[in-house]
Amino acid sequence: MDGIHDMGGMQGWGTVAIDPDEPVFREPWHGRAFAMGAMSMGLSGTNLDAFRHGLERLHPYDYLVDGYYGRWLACAETLLVDSGVLAPGAVEARARNLTGETVDEPADVEENKPTYERGGAGSLREIDEVPAFSPGDRVRAKDMRTGGHTRMPGYIRGRTGTVYALRPAALLPDTNAHFLGENPQHVYTVEFDSTELWGPDAEAAALRIDLFESYLEAT
Amino acid sequence: MADTNTTDRLPPAVRAEALESLLTERGLVKSEVLDGFINRFVNDVGPMNGAKVVAKAWTDPDYRQHLLADGTGAISELGFAGPQGEHIVVVENSDDVHNVVVCTLCSCYPWPVLGLPPEWYKDPAYRSRMVREPRTLLSEMGLDLDDGVEVRVWDSSAENRYLVLPQRPEGTDGLSEEELAALVTRDAMVGVAKVGAT
Repeated sequence: MDGIHDMGGMQGWGTVAIDPDEPVFREPWHGRAFAMGAMSMGLSGTNLDAFRHGLERLHPYDYLVDGYYGRWLACAETLLVDSGVLAPGAVEARARNLTGETVDEPADVEENKPTYERGGAGSLREIDEVPAFSPGDRVRAKDMRTGGHTRMPGYIRGRTGTVYALRPAALLPDTNAHFLGENPQHVYTVEFDSTELWGPDAEAAALRIDLFESYLEAT
Repeated sequence: MADTNTTDRLPPAVRAEALESLLTERGLVKSEVLDGFINRFVNDVGPMNGAKVVAKAWTDPDYRQHLLADGTGAISELGFAGPQGEHIVVVENSDDVHNVVVCTLCSCYPWPVLGLPPEWYKDPAYRSRMVREPRTLLSEMGLDLDDGVEVRVWDSSAENRYLVLPQRPEGTDGLSEEELAALVTRDAMVGVAKVGAT
């Protein structure tokens, strides 16, 4: 989906400061949110791709305002509510009660975890298909548009590059995130010249990005 | 769709506490398990792991070759594996080539060797600009590269994770592997800095 998460090439964000003394978790709740976010996939019967899509589905304000671990926390809530592990509004009501208000908490709802077939742990898969492309091939990133999850960033769409390497095959996030099957595919690292992406005045650089076979077409 | 704009939500610290209490009272998580998970990423998994990999590659040519050919395998030989490390590719810096890693779509990062990503890696400015103006951004972050150096930016958009093998600094010939590992920084293994001799 064309969301706030697809940041490659956006402008206006200012500069980046490195804090050499940054702790792993700046606030205690960051660690709690991280751990519960990681566990929310199993608890909701979903998967890593559904989690990433959960981050993308957050309202852009929510995506940004509480930072990385704020996203993880909100995404955990989203997945747990989607799958009926928690009732809508349960976290908000409990949080209000923890801060001294007295509000009714919603009754539990029926679980609604997704049912779908999994091909094993992790994301890498062995497949028998012969790779459609080889290192050195010229390929174009398809001009794909979807309201769902994809790992093809907008800045690559329609651009032409060269296959640099074949990587291990992996399940396709675009379908796995929606519990529509793993659809494992070959994955390629494709190199794009900066001028192909950003125009003739671009800084000299090579952009290498991992793309699933169905994202690509021969030129 | 998820919730619409929720500007009236309570702060995340109390929402995290609320979520934990809901999950623990249902027996779905144990607070000690969360503690263990957190402690692991605070104490055991971090850039000190990647630094050992780099120092070994600097001192053992066979290991370096193995690492560049099969990052996941060579790294697991040192005991480092786990989530966000299913397939680790090591890319080597040289006098002519500088590699730098980003994840524009989220903040994918090679956890087994670097731990959790620092704030700057997750910053929208880093995610947006590293693919578009890497030389300018690297310079703003303190790394000036000669015009003749080829810059390669790796956008971690699938399940491959990238670790930069920095150049060994001059004047470190007499150092042990352990002393070398102490010089290697997280920032150098992402590619936004070089390793200095001190």
